[in-house]
Amino acid sequence: MSSVRVLVGTRKGAFVINADGARKNWDIAGPFFGGWELYHLKGSTVDPNRIYASQASGWFGQLIQRSDDGGKTWTAMDNKFAYDGVPGTHQWYDGTPHPWEFKRVWHIEPSLTDPDTAYAGVEDAAMFRTTDGGKSWHELPGLRGHGSGSQWNPGAGGLCLHTIILDPVDAKRMFIAISAAGAFRTDDGGGNWKAINQGLHSQHIPDPKAEVGHCVHRVAQHPSRPNVLFMQKHWDVMRSDNAGDNWSEVSGNLPTDFGFTIDVHAHEPETIYVVPIKSDSEHYPPDGKLRVYRSRSGGNEWEALTKGLPQKDCYVNVLRDAMAVDSLDSCGIYFGTTGGQVYASPDGGDTWNAIARDLPAVLSVEVQTIAS
Amino acid sequence: MAIKVVLPAHLQTLARVGSEVSLDVDGPVTLRAVLDTLEDRYPVLRGTIRDHGTLKRRPFLRFFACEEDYSLEPPDIELPERVRTGAEPFYIVGAIAGG
Repeated sequence: MSSVRVLVGTRKGAFVINADGARKNWDIAGPFFGGWELYHLKGSTVDPNRIYASQASGWFGQLIQRSDDGGKTWTAMDNKFAYDGVPGTHQWYDGTPHPWEFKRVWHIEPSLTDPDTAYAGVEDAAMFRTTDGGKSWHELPGLRGHGSGSQWNPGAGGLCLHTIILDPVDAKRMFIAISAAGAFRTDDGGGNWKAINQGLHSQHIPDPKAEVGHCVHRVAQHPSRPNVLFMQKHWDVMRSDNAGDNWSEVSGNLPTDFGFTIDVHAHEPETIYVVPIKSDSEHYPPDGKLRVYRSRSGGNEWEALTKGLPQKDCYVNVLRDAMAVDSLDSCGIYFGTTGGQVYASPDGGDTWNAIARDLPAVLSVEVQTIAS
Repeated sequence: MAIKVVLPAHLQTLARVGSEVSLDVDGPVTLRAVLDTLEDRYPVLRGTIRDHGTLKRRPFLRFFACEEDYSLEPPDIELPERVRTGAEPFYIVGAIAGG
């Protein structure tokens, strides 16, 4: 029987939550790296026992941890993220130039073909790669060299590169997203990048249709349709059918189209999930009701999923990397909250259970489906 | 003469050492020499006490020796004799912060 392993990053450590394929009984291991912020953990699809973790602290800076036994033991790897050349400046909150400074790793995306290769999205926004299992990291400078870098400005959480999608068909194609610059695509393995923000409309920036400057919160893709992308922007849920060249809004009947996370069902490429959040100043669900919204039509028509989720007095947030899906026959959906709950649905969102209730604030959730 | 260095708890865990480590420092026992030796001995600490590129002290860490704050001293300042002789430890302290 297959099993699932849920990797949870929190404000004060990492947790590894395991269950068999029935997904009824859950075993929580951790905290690992207690007291440290774990922005993201993700396992290799090639070698599921290989897991990378981003560990950081305001006191001690950035560390990268690696496990080769499915999260039981960890080894600290290289933590030097040096920008290539003279990093230059981006825009600061007040519009003035501000030097590029490394702060932390937001997201680690292991290669689809090589467990020793992984990509790291960092703040201040840049993309790094390791090809030796984390022993060294080198920037892919073409992204900051796009030419628009001086116009990128930090979102409330910083100038962070938080989304990395490796195209499952075209090995040279990757998508990334930055708050608040927008989405970018490379078709040559990271040498050159194109801003793919046409169709985005952001009222809070001077030119609402600017090439860059959009606060993209997350982008998701189904591997069977790599040209179809779904985006949760600061406000607006968007969709592209041409690899990001154009976007159209699919917020439809959502109660609010602000939110952070978005994901796609493992077996139904037109079934997508978001967690609407009331607004950018009120980072909690509307009406105190924690509702996942599902669209089976790739957007526009949404249904609230509430069974098993708190429907009164709930004021938690669900952050951008805090939702994931497993690939069991009945697709499991998982998300974590800033209140420390991790919810799981073994039936595509119809019903939910808390598999952890009292963790520190959850920053990220990833799921590994482990073949027996 | 071996000098003693006391690390904050999280760095003890990271380096897999006890609260105090013993270091043989070549040449003058300066702030820089102690930190260089510490990082050579425990490479996992690189970047956690000083910034990788600039080697500037991380803002939420402080350095103390013989009840004196060395945090703002130049890196080539020699540490007090009681630290140099191993009679007292050199302290790396995490700032009390976070509410």
